[in-house]
Amino acid sequence: MSNLLEVRDLHVTFVTPDRTVHAVNGVSFDLKRGETLGILGESGSGKSVTLRSILRLHPEHRTRWGGSIRLEGDEVLDMGPRALSDLRGQRVAMIFQEPATAFDPVFTIGQQIAETVRRHTGKSDREAWKRAHDLLEMVRIPSPAQRLKAYPHEMSGGMRQRAMIALALSCNPTLLLADEPTTALDATVQIQVLLLIRELQREFDLGVIFVTHDIGVAVEVSDRIGVMYAGKLVELAPVERMVDAPQHPYSRGLLASTVHDGMRGQRLEAIPGAPPDLGEVPGGCSFAPRCKSVRPDCLSAVPALRDVEAAHAVRCVLAA
Amino acid sequence: MDTLAPVADRGGPAQPLLLATGLRKHFPIPGGLFGRATRVVRAVDDLTLSVAKGETLGVVGESGCGKSTVARLLIRLLQPDRGTMVLDGDPVDEPHGITVNELRRNVQMVFQDSYASLNPRLTIAETLAFAPKAHGLPANEARDRVRDLLSKVGLDPASYADRYPHELSGGQRQRVNIARALALRPRLIILDEAVSALDKSVEAQVLNMLVDLKKELGLTYVFISHDLNVVQYLSDRVLVMYLGKIVELGPVEAIYGDPQHPYTRALLSARPSMDPRRRTKEAPIQGDPPNPINPPSGCRFRTRCPYAEDICAKVEPLLADTGAQSVACHMRVPGSGHSKAVAA
Repeated sequence: MSNLLEVRDLHVTFVTPDRTVHAVNGVSFDLKRGETLGILGESGSGKSVTLRSILRLHPEHRTRWGGSIRLEGDEVLDMGPRALSDLRGQRVAMIFQEPATAFDPVFTIGQQIAETVRRHTGKSDREAWKRAHDLLEMVRIPSPAQRLKAYPHEMSGGMRQRAMIALALSCNPTLLLADEPTTALDATVQIQVLLLIRELQREFDLGVIFVTHDIGVAVEVSDRIGVMYAGKLVELAPVERMVDAPQHPYSRGLLASTVHDGMRGQRLEAIPGAPPDLGEVPGGCSFAPRCKSVRPDCLSAVPALRDVEAAHAVRCVLAA
Repeated sequence: MDTLAPVADRGGPAQPLLLATGLRKHFPIPGGLFGRATRVVRAVDDLTLSVAKGETLGVVGESGCGKSTVARLLIRLLQPDRGTMVLDGDPVDEPHGITVNELRRNVQMVFQDSYASLNPRLTIAETLAFAPKAHGLPANEARDRVRDLLSKVGLDPASYADRYPHELSGGQRQRVNIARALALRPRLIILDEAVSALDKSVEAQVLNMLVDLKKELGLTYVFISHDLNVVQYLSDRVLVMYLGKIVELGPVEAIYGDPQHPYTRALLSARPSMDPRRRTKEAPIQGDPPNPINPPSGCRFRTRCPYAEDICAKVEPLLADTGAQSVACHMRVPGSGHSKAVAA
C-alpha cells in the first residue's frame, strides 16, 4: 500500500533578528492510512514543530524549511495559498491541547462546525447544521441538539475536546494531527477521549499522528512510536518493540525514568543534565553530553537513523 | 542562640505533626442583585486529616476536587471558614496557640509553576536569603546558608547564586523553589503539583532529590498531585478527594492494592496502560467531574457512580473505617440501606 504521508529530511529553523533556533533537524518518516504514529518527546524536542509543519502553521517570514513533506504525493512545502487552504480545511485536520482557545468564544459550537462544513464542502445552511448535529452524535456528546447552541465556555473540558474532534472530522480528512489533545484533561476524562480517538480512527480509516510527552498515552493509541530528541527522531519502532526493547539510550532512559506501578522504594534512573540549546546544530549525537555510554565517535559525526531490524530504526552508534 | 535553628520536636513521635479538623472553605460567587452571592463553590467541606511525623501523605483527585485549596488552607494562604489546626500540639492562630507566622516557620510550600513563584528581579541568592534575613539572620550567615541550600538541591553555588530565574531551566528553577522552602528549616513541606510541569527525565531527578532531602533533614511531606503513579511512588498514606470531600484515605498499599470506593477504582483504572497488549478497552466512568458549584446532594460522586441508588442521593456517606483504610461509601457500611451494602 502506498503511503499517505512521506516526510523526508525535514528541517525547520526559526530565524529572528536576535536568535536562530534549529527546532527540527532532519526528520523522516512515513505514515499509512489507518495507522497511528505516536511521537514521544519532552518539551523542546521538536515534536510539535514537526506536527505543525505538516499544515505549515509556522509564521512564513520567520521560518526556514528544508526537506520534503508529501501528502498523497503532493508536496506541502511547495503549496500556494489555495492548495494550502484545501489542505488545512479538508485533507488534514488538527486537534490541540487546549480546546478552550481553539474555539472562537463568541460563536456557538454549532455555528463554528456548520460554517466549516459550508465553507469547505459547499453544503447549504440546513445540510451543514444537520451534519454538525450528526458529528456531535458521532463524538458521543449527550443531547447534541442542545449542545449545538452552547458557547464553548458553557461546556466542560472533556465536552469541548469532543466538540473539537467533531470540528476536525467535519470535512472527512484523511489525516488527523493530534497535539497533546488529552494533556489538559482529568484522568477519568482523558481515557474516554483516547478511546474515542482510537475508535474514530478505525471507523474512518484515518492516518493519525499523535504527539505526546506521556508514554502511557502513546502506548494506548499508537501502532508505532517515534521518540524525538533535540529536533531528531532518535528511535522509531512498533509500539511493542519500543516498550519491550528500546535501543537508544535516550528512549531507554525515558522509559526507565517514568514512574509506574511497582517502582516504590526504588531509586529512579534519572537521565542527568538537560536537553541542549537548539541555537546551534550539534556536530555529533545531540544526546552524547547526557549519555552514559558515550564514545569518542559519538561526538565526531551525527549518527544515522539505521534499521536494527524490520521497521525498527535507531539513531545511535551502539545500536546493533 | 541561633535565631534560625531547626524547630525542636515537642509532642513526641505519636503526636501528629499537623492535625486539621473540620476544615471548610467555600467561595461565594458574586453576581446576584446588588452583588449578593447567590452561588457558592464548596471547595473544601468539613475535611479532617492528620499528618504523622516523618510520613509522606499523598493527596490525589481531579481538577476542582479541592486539593490545592487544602494545601493553601494548611499553610494559611487562605483563611478557613471553619475548622481548627494543631501543629505538634499547639493550636494555630488561637489564644495560647502559635501565630500564623510561627506556623509558616514550620510549614513551607512548593508550587507547580516554578517561574511564577520566583521574583524575576531577585537573583537566586537574594531569593534564598530573603526569608532567613527577614527572620533576623545576619547577612554573612545568610550567605553561608544560601551556599548550603544550593548544594543541598544539587546546584553549584558558585555558578547559580548570582543568576536570575529566567536564566535557569524549569528543573533548576524548581530546585531553587525547593531550596527556598527549606531556607527556614521547616518540618513539613507541602508540594502542590511540584513536579507536574517538569519533563519526565527531569521529574525523576527531582523525585530522587525529594527522597534524599526527606531522609537527610527528617522532613514530612504533603504531596499533592494528579499523577497517580508519582503519588504511589512517593507516599506512605494516600488521601483521595472528590468535589471537596475525602472519599478514601489509607496506607498506599491498601489504596492502590485494594481500593474500596468506586471513585478510587475508576481513577486507578483510568491510568493509561503501559502494556500495548493490554490496552484499556472501556473507560471506567463516563462524563466529566461536575462543577463544584452546588455539588450533588448526598454522595457527591453519585452522578457518575455505576452503583448509585436512592440512598446515595438522600444521605451523605461518612468516612468510615473498613479495616486497612477509611472509605466514604454506603456500600461499605452495613445496614446503610444500599442494596450492595456489606454484611454486618
